Amino acid sequence: MFLAALIACGFSSILILIRAILGKTTFDRVLALNSLGTIIVIGIALHGFYMDRPEFIDIAIVYALINFIGTIAVLKLFSSGSLGSFKK
Amino acid sequence: MDLMKDIITGICFFIGSLSIIIGACGLIKFPDVFSRVHAAGMIDTGGTAFFLLGMMVQTGWSLITVKLLLIGIFIFFTSPVSSHVIVNLARQKKIIPFGRKIGKLL
Repeated sequence: MFLAALIACGFSSILILIRAILGKTTFDRVLALNSLGTIIVIGIALHGFYMDRPEFIDIAIVYALINFIGTIAVLKLFSSGSLGSFKK
Repeated sequence: MDLMKDIITGICFFIGSLSIIIGACGLIKFPDVFSRVHAAGMIDTGGTAFFLLGMMVQTGWSLITVKLLLIGIFIFFTSPVSSHVIVNLARQKKIIPFGRKIGKLL
């Protein structure tokens, strides 16, 4: 049951990687990487349950935090050209 | 009781897997950023909600349930924020939606 869910996660992550490689604009790639990060969070938790070691959930929590921060940082760098410097 | 738990977990995982695969196919097939956001929202809401619900049913009452609930609450609040930021920036950078003329932007 956990193995079937892991296979579904891997298949959909391959489809999302195809979109991230051949996306036209930057926003397609950022959107695809955000979805890939969400699927990786689910995959880490499922892998922990499949190997009978559910302590992997802590890593999943940290990955969810880093995914959101990374998306916002890449979009801010793309929009204004810097990550918040004080010089004009 | 154990069989009932396994059946509920299997149903939740089936719906979650179906939602994730539908979202990934939509992310490939849709023509534009503004319509691909819908498929990404399908992954972020349906997929995570049903997978985390299935794992919560499987593990019973423990600390793992609280951590799964924490992941669910965090993704529930941050997924609309990141989608809104992406689409708002694409609108500011004057990306033309699919099927519109060049002169008429939205």
